[in-house]
Amino acid sequence: MLNTLTSILQTTILYSTPLILAAMGGLYSERSGVVNIALEGLMTIGAFTAAVTTIFTGNPWLGLLAAMVAGILFALPHAVASITFKADQVVSGVAINFLAFGLSVYLVKHLYNGAAQTPVVKETLSRMPIPGLSDIPVIGSALFNAFPTTYLAFVIVAASYFILYYTPFGMRLRAVGEHPKAAETAGVSVIRMRYVAVMISGALAGLGGAGLSIAIGSEFNQATVAGQGFIALAALIFGKWHPLGAFFAALFFGFAVALALIGQLFGWTQYVPSEVLNMLPYVLTILALAGFVGRAEAPAAIGKPYEKDSR
Amino acid sequence: MKVMSKINRQSSFWVSLISVVLGLLVGAVAMTAAGYSPLLAYGALFQSALFQPYDLGETIRTISPLILTGLAVALAFRTGLFNIGVEGQFIMGQLAAVIVGLKMQLPPVIHALVAMIAGGLAGALWAFLPGLLKAKRGVHEVITTIMLNFIALYLSNVLVRTWLTNGADSTDRIADTASLQWSTLSALFGGARIHLGILFALLMAFFMYYLLWRTKWGFELRAVGFNPYASEYAGMRVDRNIIFSMMISGFFAGLAGAGELLGTQGYLAIQGGFTGIGFDGIAVALLGGNTPVGVVLSAVLFGVLTYGGNNMQYAAQVPFEVIRIVFAAIILFVAANVSGWLLGWFRSRKKGRVESHA
Repeated sequence: MLNTLTSILQTTILYSTPLILAAMGGLYSERSGVVNIALEGLMTIGAFTAAVTTIFTGNPWLGLLAAMVAGILFALPHAVASITFKADQVVSGVAINFLAFGLSVYLVKHLYNGAAQTPVVKETLSRMPIPGLSDIPVIGSALFNAFPTTYLAFVIVAASYFILYYTPFGMRLRAVGEHPKAAETAGVSVIRMRYVAVMISGALAGLGGAGLSIAIGSEFNQATVAGQGFIALAALIFGKWHPLGAFFAALFFGFAVALALIGQLFGWTQYVPSEVLNMLPYVLTILALAGFVGRAEAPAAIGKPYEKDSR
Repeated sequence: MKVMSKINRQSSFWVSLISVVLGLLVGAVAMTAAGYSPLLAYGALFQSALFQPYDLGETIRTISPLILTGLAVALAFRTGLFNIGVEGQFIMGQLAAVIVGLKMQLPPVIHALVAMIAGGLAGALWAFLPGLLKAKRGVHEVITTIMLNFIALYLSNVLVRTWLTNGADSTDRIADTASLQWSTLSALFGGARIHLGILFALLMAFFMYYLLWRTKWGFELRAVGFNPYASEYAGMRVDRNIIFSMMISGFFAGLAGAGELLGTQGYLAIQGGFTGIGFDGIAVALLGGNTPVGVVLSAVLFGVLTYGGNNMQYAAQVPFEVIRIVFAAIILFVAANVSGWLLGWFRSRKKGRVESHA
């Protein structure tokens, strides 16, 4: 029984980590007023870059770093199109998803003689037990014998909460997403703030993607991300654009993602088809949006390009 | 007035053309950077898409669903909605079509027609929920339709695995009576898998034009898209119109799925991911300026690129995904109106030069 609980918890944490990271990424962008449905694409490019960099350098930490940089670079066209050129942010996000998927698969095929996936990454990140804490029964091996990306995710959630609500930067960022005109009047550059926010979202989503290819998995292929960027977006909405809310929603959705695996492990899929379990995060998000799980309040200025001279 | 609108139309044509050229340039850069020859690749692409009857037939087959998914996105856009759920509605169309094709016994022609209509209705039904939530609760349709895409994918997979087969990966072939293939047409194009789906696509393009620009209801739908508040004030039923637009859009998407199933595949398999045809519809609609004629033209372009791109892989060894990069770049350029900006920049430079000469 305790073993069952431990492995459920461990699998949940494992699968939540990329969702938490990407959802935190989405949080910055959307709180600043820029819709980011490009999370999927940013995760894809992160997963690809991490795998290839790690294969070439043999150092997964460099892989993580490269994934963050690639995420930032890929968030930039989204920022330029939607902030400077005032493109429809949803359309621009769709284009980034296309671009990231196309480019990463294109480069994989180019680099590995037409193969649809990278070779196996040999030097992946490994679990880092925290001495003492990892010996606690049940939660110890789940929480304190995790991949470094998991610890990173926890730290980033705590930091994001602090940054958004207790620092001038965070308050400006939220102001820009709620009432850009007022923020501009108070001397905050809406444009610059949004650029920074979108780039942070690229870095974090890239990091989340990296976890998929060099921590949970050990290669990159077309199905590495498979909709997890959209689940992260769902977690952000489900968590009402709040760092802690998004964190718990991501944990919950991670549980749902893990359920299919756990279900197979314990034979639950005899009773419920795994596809039905896979649907769970998406069904819940619709229910949440419909108001059955409490009203979701999006940032007021979300999706609206900022016009300096308009009133 | 007429002259003005003509100039406007022409300039939007130029804007689209410049976006396409810029998109192809981005693809060329991606190819050059990876050490391929873009000239060789694009040459192979267009040659293999158009110049043999067989290839032409296959290109038309590729174009048919793109017209329909493009119309789906365009109709929603015109009425102020963004339907990212075309992919899911496409899957539901496939699902309904395969069920009718497998489980019903009807005479030829009628069977295919019933299966097509069932597919369209399934798509419309799948679009009803986001429409309803948008109209009644103000929930943004983008998020609900993304979520419904995934739900459709898993629903289709679980039904194929459990209800339509006994744990197999794909269903049996549909009854011949439900097929959209027509041997005479296929023989005309050297045995290509071209099918009657193209007729449905062109018919729907005309239907969209007629509905939106020639009927009172269509005027209302466009008015709601243009300004929901003014429309409400003018006494139009905004919420009902939102739901209907979403459903007509879903109907087009469902037809696209049903056409692909009844005409091209003939069976439904468990899918590891999306087909992408629904998402391509976004690119088609945007480039086509959300007009029926524009959608047909841009579907032709995207169809040629898709089918030719697949052959390019064999002819010039360039991975197909470079075409996805071109699509993405075109969407970005159109959305950000880069060509409008470029045109303006050129015009002001020209003007500046004329003035300095004077």
